[in-house]
Amino acid sequence: MQRYLVRRILLALVTLLAVSLIIFVMSRAAGDPRHVYLDDYSTQEDWDRLTETLGLDKPYYYQYGIFLGSALKGDFGQSIKEGRPSMEVIIERLPATIQLGTAAFAFSVIVGVPLGILSAVKRGTFLDMTGKIIALIGQSAPVFWLGLMLVFLFAVRLDWLPPYGRQEISSIVLPAVALGWFYAAANLRLLRSAMLNVLDSEYVKLARAKGVSNNVIIWKHSLRNALIPVLTFAGITLGSLVTGSLVVETVFAWPGLGQLAIQALAGNDYPLLQAVVIVFTLMYVTAALLVDIMYAYIDPRIRYG
Amino acid sequence: MSTNSTIKDNPVVLQVEGLKTYFETRWGTVKAVDGVSFDLRKGETLGIVGESGSGKSVTMLSVMRLIPSPPGQIVEGRVLLEGQDLVDLSEKEMGAIRGSQIALIIQDPMTSLNPVFSIGNQVGEAIKIHQDIPKRTVLQQVLDVLRKVNIPAADTRVRDYPHQMSGGMRQRVVGAIGISCEPMVLIADEPTTSLDVTIQAQYLKLLKELQEASDIALIFITHDFGIVAKMCDRVAVMYAGKIVEMGDVRDIFNNPSHPYTEALLSSVPKLEEDVDRLYSIEGQPPTLHDLPPGCPFAPRCQYVRDKCSQSYPPQFNLTDGHYAACWRLE
Repeated sequence: MQRYLVRRILLALVTLLAVSLIIFVMSRAAGDPRHVYLDDYSTQEDWDRLTETLGLDKPYYYQYGIFLGSALKGDFGQSIKEGRPSMEVIIERLPATIQLGTAAFAFSVIVGVPLGILSAVKRGTFLDMTGKIIALIGQSAPVFWLGLMLVFLFAVRLDWLPPYGRQEISSIVLPAVALGWFYAAANLRLLRSAMLNVLDSEYVKLARAKGVSNNVIIWKHSLRNALIPVLTFAGITLGSLVTGSLVVETVFAWPGLGQLAIQALAGNDYPLLQAVVIVFTLMYVTAALLVDIMYAYIDPRIRYG
Repeated sequence: MSTNSTIKDNPVVLQVEGLKTYFETRWGTVKAVDGVSFDLRKGETLGIVGESGSGKSVTMLSVMRLIPSPPGQIVEGRVLLEGQDLVDLSEKEMGAIRGSQIALIIQDPMTSLNPVFSIGNQVGEAIKIHQDIPKRTVLQQVLDVLRKVNIPAADTRVRDYPHQMSGGMRQRVVGAIGISCEPMVLIADEPTTSLDVTIQAQYLKLLKELQEASDIALIFITHDFGIVAKMCDRVAVMYAGKIVEMGDVRDIFNNPSHPYTEALLSSVPKLEEDVDRLYSIEGQPPTLHDLPPGCPFAPRCQYVRDKCSQSYPPQFNLTDGHYAACWRLE
């Protein structure tokens, strides 16, 4: 178990390092940052001074070293547009994104998991059919369209919930549903098929032959096995829910990191964009690490493997 | 088998009468078990033999009321366990009997243990369900039963997970689960098919010893006549959901009276004969949703006559307890 954990954590660090290298290379390839800072009225002197401040006169490996060193300190340079440290801007936006991501994740689990189990247990019934429709909509409707339809129905027509922004507590409901629906659908389908497989397995048959009651069979013997594929997916989900909210945050004017990333991209604010990507990666890798730990808890074959 | 005469005086523990289990499928009603009757005495071993799909396993699952429903259903018949009809019991009442009075050992040791629970947990579960005893005693009983099935170092092995054990050891754990509550009837559904021959021999010997130690009535489902000869007192041969021949193991081997039994026995390779090709029965087992009115074996039978395709033959008694359903015996 310890060896497993150490290996996972080391792997996570390697991933982060690789991503930092990719970001570094891409930001160099994206064009000369001096052109962003300077305009037609700048002199050769300005140019030289900026070259020195940005460290562009140093060799690439040296530049990467500086980039990595300051990244470790949380320093990603000044945001061009905001004129203050990128990290400061990100930290302001982070709570909104985490809030939305968590709410969407909760929605995907609360809807997807019980419906997945019930669809498998009550296979072929009306309930199973309902589950199928929910899954179909979630997996096939584009997020921006789903978001707009939700706004149209619940904000415009029914006037139950606010259509955009983050002023009221209830503001989170629509973006969370729009963001979480796809993952709820995926959880539902994954769990349904995993449960059907497990319920058909020999060990469930043997458990029944031991006299184990149906409820215990479903919730103890089957669910724990069926959760393994779902958990794998949940890892990816958790990562992409916090990071993949670009569209939803834009549709609902949710002041989070996704919106910030879009703004930084549109405004050529490279330092800020870099910082956002690093933070996204960090969240993604952390989520994956959490899942790996959960995995070991659920499946002894991993714990002792 | 030297105890044959004494077994015949033992009381009957399980009595199956006219059992019919049908499955509703989109191709029609599949009569997987179609009027099966037999009885089983204390300490006796009954072998049930037949090809895949002949209804052996469905019969046993029906006895344990483990038929997935829908699509399956016991439509007729009685299963009397010491006089109590199991077919009428509620799911809850049946749960109290499964694992404690009738237990099952399943075919495949590699898949019949739950990968996420420890051995101790899985063996102890049946004990915990059926006996109201404190936790410490459960562990003690688990260790006892693991030792009974010859698990070495049981007190450390009890914390292991299935993937940490070999196939033979897992099968013994499955056996331990079967006997953990000292059942009256133990059903072994091809318990050795996926084991290699030496482990198989060990396991059969172990089963026999366990049976003799506590006078369990054992039902042995197999398609291996070698195992039948070694293990069983009596044999029932099943074909297309019906028992076509039944009798003492000696009678069946010396005087196979149903053409299907005869064919099955001829397909067993013999040590003293040198053959190029093994004997095989012509044709395929019938599809059970579309059975002709007569004997379902008729299309594959070498003794077939006109009558065979018209009506199903009744049981013809040959010697005491030996009968076969074939028009040839008329």
